[in-house]
Amino acid sequence: MATTLPDQPAAHTTDGPVLQVKDLTVEFPTDDGIVHAVRGVSFDLHPRQVLGIVGESGSGKSVTSLAIMGLLPRSARIRGEVNYRGQNLVKLSDKEQTKFRGKNISMIFQDPMTSLNPVYTVGWQLQEAILAHQDVGKDKAWARAVELLDIVGIPNASERAKNYPHEFSGGMRQRAVIAMSMTNDPDVIIADEPTTALDVTVQAQVLDTLRRVQENTSAGIVLITHDLGVVAGMAHQVLVMYAGKPVEIGETDAIYYDPRMPYTLGLLGSLPRLDQKGDEPLTPIRGAPPSLVNLPPGCPFSPRCPMSRPHCDEEEPALRAVAGVDHVAACHYAEELAGDVGAAEVFETAETDSQAIEQLDQLGDLEEAKAELDKAEAEEAEERA
Amino acid sequence: MTQTTPQAAGTQNGAADPILEVTNLVKHYPLMGGGVVRRRVGDVHAACDLTFHLDKGETLGLVGESGCGKSTTGKAILQLSPPTSGSVKFEGQELVGKTRKQLRSIRRDLQVVFQDPYASLNPRIPVSDIVAEPLIIHGLFKRLGRERVRELLTVVGLNPEHGNRYAHEFSGGQRQRIGIARALALEPKVLVLDEPVSALDVSIQAGVVNLLEELQDRLGLSYLFIAHDLSVVRHICDRVAVMYLGKIVETGPRDHIYERASHPYTQALLSAVPIPDPKLERQRRRIVLEGDVPSPVNPPSGCRFRTRCWKAQDICAEQEPALVDRGQGHPVACHFAEPRSLL
Repeated sequence: MATTLPDQPAAHTTDGPVLQVKDLTVEFPTDDGIVHAVRGVSFDLHPRQVLGIVGESGSGKSVTSLAIMGLLPRSARIRGEVNYRGQNLVKLSDKEQTKFRGKNISMIFQDPMTSLNPVYTVGWQLQEAILAHQDVGKDKAWARAVELLDIVGIPNASERAKNYPHEFSGGMRQRAVIAMSMTNDPDVIIADEPTTALDVTVQAQVLDTLRRVQENTSAGIVLITHDLGVVAGMAHQVLVMYAGKPVEIGETDAIYYDPRMPYTLGLLGSLPRLDQKGDEPLTPIRGAPPSLVNLPPGCPFSPRCPMSRPHCDEEEPALRAVAGVDHVAACHYAEELAGDVGAAEVFETAETDSQAIEQLDQLGDLEEAKAELDKAEAEEAEERA
Repeated sequence: MTQTTPQAAGTQNGAADPILEVTNLVKHYPLMGGGVVRRRVGDVHAACDLTFHLDKGETLGLVGESGCGKSTTGKAILQLSPPTSGSVKFEGQELVGKTRKQLRSIRRDLQVVFQDPYASLNPRIPVSDIVAEPLIIHGLFKRLGRERVRELLTVVGLNPEHGNRYAHEFSGGQRQRIGIARALALEPKVLVLDEPVSALDVSIQAGVVNLLEELQDRLGLSYLFIAHDLSVVRHICDRVAVMYLGKIVETGPRDHIYERASHPYTQALLSAVPIPDPKLERQRRRIVLEGDVPSPVNPPSGCRFRTRCWKAQDICAEQEPALVDRGQGHPVACHFAEPRSLL
């Protein structure tokens, strides 16, 4: 399952996956009905591997990560397995989970301002994270905190550790949060939209830091984001989510160069690219993601899918191998996307109804009306003068 | 200065007169001290001495990171927050210093679409009324009426039957379309688009981008496109102006900027944008900038980028580099400008 980037150390190790998620489902009972936020997510994460989870808002990627961490509210109904080194975390009580949280599995959140406590210094907070799980003295914990800040590229770390979060800039705060996620040498780091709130030059700094983390530890990293550009440069494997379910999983290159699920293809086609002149229109995906309260039977993407056929509305496609064992997609007609199929061949790009614009023209020119108004107003102004 | 810029590829105009001309535009916000007596303790230099123009039928992208003053510039042009000094000319008419009443007729031709489709639509009136509002305000509704509103909704890809629904019943992308329909209601000549797609998911964003491009082709609109996403800007704009800390550091035709970026900041910015292409992405070299953007209350002397620039020398602190063509084919505000390909 694990793959390697050419310029990085081998992702394979002998001891198998550190994290195994099996058929994870999360439901939230609400007044409107049950929200099926996550509807069966399975994946393996190996040491040193980076798994990218991509999807749009509401696709269930964040809920998946919170479920793995055991951070969901009590009202959430969680089923399935989250196996960390053979132990199912879902079955554990909150107290037992605390032993793993932050020690073996740690998390980086989107907004660094809300994940740091404003009334304690950054160093103090890192020290606390160390003391919570390790039997070391305060001095040693402080030294480790400074060392970690140094690793993530905070200049003059021993002094900056005494600063409060508000004295840090956005990028530095996020790096401090990354340092905190490393305090106890975790086996799994879950980064939930770690760069979404940041400007691109700051994002580059933070991604640089994450790469350094990946080189310096043996942790497996789950990188959750909506930015396909960030995933392209970081991940070994990509999992595409739609309506609470993975719809395509594969090695990064396979997902980007040979997508077999129309949604993935559409998503890639809808991205404007820095390296292309932009003379080709983008391929938007029509409509909106379905409500997770009343999911119709069949493929959840079917209403937006240009390849949809009657069969798609009857039976929900399961993930199946489409190209080799490692590349799976949930589409009945995945084979039709084999070979070099461009997004523009599948998705329609025209946005406006040409008839509508013509009719708008026929409704009379506004030019004249506006000119009259201008005149009337000018006269009025003159009269007053 | 920007007048010397060669005509961008893709501009469909023949007219020599720009539709919008901004000269030495300055916008400072007063910074008030705390305490019992609130007095002015300084200025936030949000936009300093900006000069650029927008031709008929073209799209000018104003890009930069948060806090660089791009939205301030948009607001100052629209006179929504009057500029401290400088001139904004629309079709040769000066806008700065005019009263609200005098601006009325110009506002019919100069409209705006805001970033947040949740905050910019009135939640208490149906969307057909939202779209009709500009017509009502300018006394054109009786003449043109409901029919025009229905057509406008159709043009932006919404079902006119849904006109009696309220804004909260629509998704983000649909709301942004309502905002566009409202901006188009008076057949404006120029649209100021302030981050019109940054709040949207990519698959939805693509639809709105295509819509804006098609509307421009059909209706001959000129766009001032304010954005932080350099990929979207490359896709939609004919010319680009890059801002840093209230100043334009580099401007020119789109492909010049993207293929021969000459200002160190533009280069850093371009190198930082991830490209959704794994093989390419692994080979790319990033310029990772040190430190942070300085405060706009006390901008650095000379070149404002010098505190983070790897090329900085003594002259950068002493002398502010002018935004002129130094042999790169487009104006660059750097003493050591040098084209570099980053893609």
